[in-house]
Amino acid sequence: MHIGIDLGSRTLKAVVWQDGAIIRHQVTESSFDPHHQALAFLEQHPTARVVATGYGRHLLQQHAELDVITEIKAHALGARQLFPNCRTILDVGGQDSKVILLDERGRVTSFQMNDKCAAGTGRFLEMMAVSLGYDLEAFGRAAAETEVGAPINSMCAVFAESEVVSLKNQGIPPATIARSVHLAVAGRLAAMVAKSGYGDHLVFSGGVANNATLVALLEKELRVPILVPTIPSIVGALGAALHGSRSLIQE
Amino acid sequence: MSEAFQVKSDPELWEKLGMDVARFSGMPGMLTTAYTNVFLSQKNRPAAMAYFDGMVENIHTGRIHEIMAVKESGKPVIGTFCVYVPEELIVAAGGVCVGLCGGAQGSIADAEKILPRNICPMVKSAFGFKVGKICPYFQAVDLVYGETTCDAKKKTWELLDRYVPTHVMEIPQMKRERDKKLWVEEVKDFKVAVDKISGTETSFDDIAAAIKTINAKRASLQRLNSLRHHNPSPISGKDMLLIEQIAFYDEPVRFAEKVHELCDELEKRIADGISVAPVSTPRILVSGTPMALPNWKLHNIIETSGAVVVNEESCIGTRYYKDLIDEGSTTVDQQLERLTERYMKIDCSCFTPNDERIDQVIKEYEESGAQGIIDYCLQFCHTYNIEAIKLSEACKQRGIPFMAIESDYSPDDVGQLQTRVEAFIEQITG
Repeated sequence: MHIGIDLGSRTLKAVVWQDGAIIRHQVTESSFDPHHQALAFLEQHPTARVVATGYGRHLLQQHAELDVITEIKAHALGARQLFPNCRTILDVGGQDSKVILLDERGRVTSFQMNDKCAAGTGRFLEMMAVSLGYDLEAFGRAAAETEVGAPINSMCAVFAESEVVSLKNQGIPPATIARSVHLAVAGRLAAMVAKSGYGDHLVFSGGVANNATLVALLEKELRVPILVPTIPSIVGALGAALHGSRSLIQE
Repeated sequence: MSEAFQVKSDPELWEKLGMDVARFSGMPGMLTTAYTNVFLSQKNRPAAMAYFDGMVENIHTGRIHEIMAVKESGKPVIGTFCVYVPEELIVAAGGVCVGLCGGAQGSIADAEKILPRNICPMVKSAFGFKVGKICPYFQAVDLVYGETTCDAKKKTWELLDRYVPTHVMEIPQMKRERDKKLWVEEVKDFKVAVDKISGTETSFDDIAAAIKTINAKRASLQRLNSLRHHNPSPISGKDMLLIEQIAFYDEPVRFAEKVHELCDELEKRIADGISVAPVSTPRILVSGTPMALPNWKLHNIIETSGAVVVNEESCIGTRYYKDLIDEGSTTVDQQLERLTERYMKIDCSCFTPNDERIDQVIKEYEESGAQGIIDYCLQFCHTYNIEAIKLSEACKQRGIPFMAIESDYSPDDVGQLQTRVEAFIEQITG
């Protein structure tokens, strides 16, 4: 039995992998002490081999017997398990976004991450949704209701929020503003993918891939099919679990 | 170490230098802690590093006393910010050339009271050190000799001149014959400015001796860098970077001697199979913008993530010591021309075109036995940032793993950088 734990900035993800299949998975909001949450999960499977990834991986390693890998490797392994031919992965989580390129054998050849800033991440979308009075799901649906968008110039979460406020005060309907925010984020992510280069399809992982409107806009920008896993947020945790199972075989 | 490492204090000296002593008195303690964590925690360091540890202990005291003694004898003490300013001519006049402080987050808030926030952290840090009166070197210099290698620097010199006399050397941005003519004239002006402080004109013999001294200093660093390329590494990247940083404030003859002592020890280590990391340790070349003391951020992240830095293609690194001056001149004019030719070989990204730098990075990659390149760009350094595109293309063509990083001195991106560096190491090791 192998467990992959992904301690993200917003959520904690866990996958239990046994006999070539996911037998259990869990996605919960990170509390103030995410490593205690993670340890509580691990206590339920005391014999499992554990690999941690994500922002909190080193903290967890101080409290439990486990290996760590980066989110980049974890997403590469996880995405490749779900889509064996994939060569380009876009992962957008709560705090950062990244593009990972793989060779034909699935090894990472290069990657790009956004820096020091919430622009184009899940957190950014959350903040914009809140300022428009939507929950996350309704925010995505609202953006799909209209074809029109007003320009959002800033991708800085702080400045964009004040742009949203000023659009609201101009009497622009919330759905239009929601559309605008989605267009801006899709544009930014598309530019990041284009800079890395991509093939004939793309795997989109991370919690933000749950937003169907964003996926559709991105597909339109990049003009290639975008493959979204059934549960996009657990791809990293899956990759971590797989890393554990494979390194055991190598030993 | 027999006695605990401690960066020394000398409030009386600092008072005399007109420093903000109350504020500065916290600095030695902070540096002691940082140095202990970053350097003294390393395992199996060469014994000859003790001298360089001592240079850090004496950074605000012993070395300042030495420099003040030179100054009081009427010789020039000149502060610089760039490897294009010819230190040979200062040494020829019996003076001291010192690379000024500009590598710490602590002085940036001082600078941002005046300068815009969105400029290079090194320029802000340096300016802040002077404005806040928290750098003994800045307080000790007769004048600062700036240059025109970047926009942030050349415009900041105009403001810095209000706090300390600041001269500016025009460094051309292309390397044609007409640029060389201008450059030689600038070097001659520099000589005049230096000689004016001591009141005597440096002679052919003075210059010849100084060229020999600085060539010897650069050659000692070449020897060290080539030994350091051995796999397994006989010395850490952090220790090498520290020595490259100390090269900018130590006395050159003594420094070269101490570097050779270290080299002798490293030769013995290599023969005995002693190293700081096993052969299998991933080897990283760092290229790009300078890392002024105490900027050890990237090296520390790389080496605490299980890799070793095997080369710095940087101003504080090979760009400082890869070229020597021809010693065969017979007239002063010829000396200055040979000197200029040597300085023209420095491949800073402020030049266009600058393709020789791309070739140089690849050459150093091959010589150092590196397995990947991390290109380091100080935030807002447009020329290095843009040049990284060509470097990345050259690496792609040759299948060299490459990653570009842009960062400043603040600790807030350490978590992200750590993830990127670890992922890069995973990429190298497969």
